[in-house]
Amino acid sequence: MKDTDIKRLLYTHLLCIFSIILSIFIPSFFLENFSILETHLTWLCICSVFVTAVNLLLYLVVKPNASSKRSSLSYKVTRFLKCCIYFLMSCFFFHVIFVLYGAPLIELVLETFLFAVILSTFTTVPCLCLLGPNIKAWLRVFSRNGVTSIWENSLQITTISSFIGTWLGAFPIPLDWERPWQVWPISCTLGATFGYVAGLVISPLWIYWNRKQLTYKNH
Amino acid sequence: MRLGSGTFAACCVVIEVLGVALFLRGFFPTPVRSSSRTEHQAEPPAPEPSAGASSNWTKLPPPLFRKVVIMLIDGLRDDFVFGSKGVKFMPYTTYLVEKGASHSFVAEAKLPTVTMPRIKALMTGSLPGFIDVVRNLNSPALLEDNVITQAKAAGKRIIFYGDETWVKLFPRHFVEYDGTTSFFVSDYTEVDDNVTRHLDKVLKRGDWDVLILHYLGLDHIGHVSGPSSPLIGHKLREMDSILMKIHTSLLSEERETLVPNLLVLCGDHGMSETGGHGASSVEELNTALILISSAFERKPGDIRRPKHVQQTDLAATLAIGLGLPIPGSSVGSLLFPTVEGRPVREQLRFLHLNAVQLSKLLQENVPSYTKEPGFEQFKMSERLHGNWIRLYLEENNSEVLFNLGAKVRRQYLDALRTLSLSLSRQVAQYDIYSMLVGTVMVLEVLALLLLSIPQALSSEAELEVPLWSPVFSLLFYLMFLVLSALHVIVCTSAESSCYFCGLSWLTAGGVMALISALLCAVGSALAKMFADGKFLSKNPAHPKARWSELDVLILLGTMGHVLSLGASSFIEEEHQTWYFLINTLCLALCHEIYRNCFLRDDCEPQQCSHVEEGFVSPAPALQDRSIRCNMLEPHRVSKGPTSLDTLRGYEKWMVLASPWVILTCCRLLRSLNQTGVQWAHRPDLGHWLTSSDHKAELSVLAALSLIVIFALVQRRCSLTSKVAMALGLLGVYCYRAAIGNVLFPWQRDSKDISKGVIEARFVHVFVLGILFTGTKDLLKSQVIAADFTIKTVGLWEIYSGLVLLAALLFRPHNLPVLVFSLFIQTIMTKFIWKPLRHDAAEITIMHYWFGQAFFYFQGNSNSIATVDVSAGFVGLDTYMEVPAMFLTAFATFAGPVLWASHLVSFLSSETSLPGGRTGTWL
Repeated sequence: MKDTDIKRLLYTHLLCIFSIILSIFIPSFFLENFSILETHLTWLCICSVFVTAVNLLLYLVVKPNASSKRSSLSYKVTRFLKCCIYFLMSCFFFHVIFVLYGAPLIELVLETFLFAVILSTFTTVPCLCLLGPNIKAWLRVFSRNGVTSIWENSLQITTISSFIGTWLGAFPIPLDWERPWQVWPISCTLGATFGYVAGLVISPLWIYWNRKQLTYKNH
Repeated sequence: MRLGSGTFAACCVVIEVLGVALFLRGFFPTPVRSSSRTEHQAEPPAPEPSAGASSNWTKLPPPLFRKVVIMLIDGLRDDFVFGSKGVKFMPYTTYLVEKGASHSFVAEAKLPTVTMPRIKALMTGSLPGFIDVVRNLNSPALLEDNVITQAKAAGKRIIFYGDETWVKLFPRHFVEYDGTTSFFVSDYTEVDDNVTRHLDKVLKRGDWDVLILHYLGLDHIGHVSGPSSPLIGHKLREMDSILMKIHTSLLSEERETLVPNLLVLCGDHGMSETGGHGASSVEELNTALILISSAFERKPGDIRRPKHVQQTDLAATLAIGLGLPIPGSSVGSLLFPTVEGRPVREQLRFLHLNAVQLSKLLQENVPSYTKEPGFEQFKMSERLHGNWIRLYLEENNSEVLFNLGAKVRRQYLDALRTLSLSLSRQVAQYDIYSMLVGTVMVLEVLALLLLSIPQALSSEAELEVPLWSPVFSLLFYLMFLVLSALHVIVCTSAESSCYFCGLSWLTAGGVMALISALLCAVGSALAKMFADGKFLSKNPAHPKARWSELDVLILLGTMGHVLSLGASSFIEEEHQTWYFLINTLCLALCHEIYRNCFLRDDCEPQQCSHVEEGFVSPAPALQDRSIRCNMLEPHRVSKGPTSLDTLRGYEKWMVLASPWVILTCCRLLRSLNQTGVQWAHRPDLGHWLTSSDHKAELSVLAALSLIVIFALVQRRCSLTSKVAMALGLLGVYCYRAAIGNVLFPWQRDSKDISKGVIEARFVHVFVLGILFTGTKDLLKSQVIAADFTIKTVGLWEIYSGLVLLAALLFRPHNLPVLVFSLFIQTIMTKFIWKPLRHDAAEITIMHYWFGQAFFYFQGNSNSIATVDVSAGFVGLDTYMEVPAMFLTAFATFAGPVLWASHLVSFLSSETSLPGGRTGTWL
């Protein structure tokens, strides 16, 4: 593992953070009355599109895993379709989990679903970009000592920190502060966003500090 | 001193309880009391203030009303009268409020909103403390100065019909009374008929001065079916007709005597959205208060909104109205509109009397009373009042007199408000010193407990408590001396009263010695631990077992819950915390299971081939597989391999599905009972089921639940208890049918509703039988020491007895809670704890979490209002204190108790397995 790798990682992560910042500011030039809290759903859509776009772009440009041996067009198309299906499935999966956690079943379906979409964007999309539609590899990355490169390591950190951010984001909901951001699901989506950003910032630094201890078996 | 861990824990608990008791004694405010209690009558009433010229009016003013009828409706929320319900169901009252000669108020009750403290507040005008809630069930006679005692002393004849609490509070005060017991919550017609049946007779007679009626029906309806039930409307209409009857009778009497009478309609507390009371939501605090009398003049077109007043104001108003001295410890101020029609001199005299009483109370309770703004205002208005009297007696210019009178009145009213406010604030003062001593005790014991955890959980389950050596050390004596000196200094210099200083010197000394001994013990335990720690670090033979994610979650979750109790919202919504935690726990378990299953499959591909079919594994994963398998650190080395691999296909699928099944169960239970404060009003399945339209659905659900309960429990019972269980559950259904909660399929038309005493006792017999067999087995296992299996059997029997009791006490719509509790316990045991080999600590904490969550799934909350008192009367004919309290407590805490009982039985059965894995436990 070289320092250049870490540097590349850092730059890609900075780009991701930049895309989130852009998603906050750019729409206000085109849309009237745009603000994160008031037109939250719009922001969720825009943010999710931005982050997905940046992730795809980075995947195509940086190519962290140069292991796709077969490169026929049909293979690529099936792979892409499979990725889309996986993404949708993960959205529904997260939606089910939110309902199990106590989100209303019938009211606010759109809100809950868009929350599931943005969480999928932060977690599933990078996984799909990096690991492809391969559940086994996902399980490996998210079990202890299963990572095989700094990219996977950073993926692990950002995904887990997004989840933790979402989890912590639910805490303010029962408080009686009567703030606009306590409304379901705003605090959770904000928590997810902060968690994702924090993961993006932390993972290169963490990898840099622990670069002596980190040894990846197949590199 | 060597102690077994059990003994040690018991000692710690006893000391903790002492500390907590001391803390609570300091925390709960001492009520504002007047020192002159019964000798109040001897004191002459305050004379009119005068400046210069002498006023000869020193006697109490005469009563304003000849007869007073107090109609108290339990749980009469303000919007039942002033809101849309009032307009719809109480037309006569609405007419009186809007057009008649009446004054209406929204009277704000103080905490706790429970009947007995509220009656005390209404009659004494004081603010009863929280400690009165405990006495609510068993009210001793009221010794404080109050309106009833004053009226009796003045020779008034008082008649009372209604809640028995009054008779207990005021024994030998009533010339005639009929108490109804308030504990059959499910009865809401008979309690009120028992009051009304006397009414016709009494209203015709003229030999009484005060008539008090306390109607309980409305509150009972609230407890049973909530404030939006259609029964409320019927009850309000009934109350309206009773009010009309009383009012017309009083009016016709007035026509003969020409002296006005007073009719008071009031509520003691409100009703929360779920139908309970006891807490501090607006619905529970606001009650209706209407004073009706022909003495109150009203211009035609004069529409007034009901003003907000304090409930305590009624005592002073009643005292004035009846021509009695105001109760000594009353903090209320006179409801001025009631005396507005009187001449100015009388108005001022009344205000003066009230102000004198309040300022006297202030002098007795606040050392620095002269600095209080209310007292200064009072002195100033008294001076002005004197001036006014002089002018009045000199028969001065009427306009000057009028203006000055208005000014004095305004000043008095201001003074009264300020005085009343500062007295109410007095109630919220803490006894810091006692609280501090209690806290120190609790913290020391906690530290000692934490320090000795590793030792106590070691295999010999014994520990060395360093108690004797420190007792003879210098540090102990020094500490003791310092603390004693501190105690003397604090107690001699304290301004306000302090409970701990009130204790005898010997007791206080004992507590000080205990505190210093504990401190020394903690110190030496710490020192010992450090010495051991150094030893350990030099000696790397102890490999530290790594904590799994689950352990971290369990620890953080438990600590996080404790920390969350620092915010009041998190206390109100504590159920959310628990639901959140058990959901997260299930997901963590899910993660653990999947990792154990799939990643192990990688290493042994032949084992779980059907799982692999679903997934395409591209080249890199296959290549890595062998490497990864070596790399995978089996993190449960200490516990041996999990037995997941040995499971057959069907069971494996069950293991994989079980967290999701549990999550779904929890989600269903969550929508069964909405609880807490913020979202309590949300519609839930429980309300849907209990509404009268869905009786058939409720019956089917209850019957199904009882069958499933039997199916889940019978596995572990002996044959006799199986039969007893089946009969008992049948009896439960018969009981619910008898009291009218559910239907028999062959009885379409509802027959007359009974109290179901026979059916309930039938079930009680079986519960006692099963519990008895269980206890017998336990005792047997104590005698025959080596036999563990008998002990386990006995524990399971006790567990099933408790399940049967819970099935009897739970409301029918809550039976699914019991079913799911048993179901989750079965699934967890079979598919999670056994295959994954969790250790005893993890299982204990999971049981604790689920027990807490089930407390809230039952519909409980941290508010006293959600306690289901009707459970205490299942199978009882009359109110019996001990069984009723036991049954209520069991019904409330059934969730945690059942989980705890399951824990004990489960752990015992696991350790007693032949060749069991005792090594993995602890």
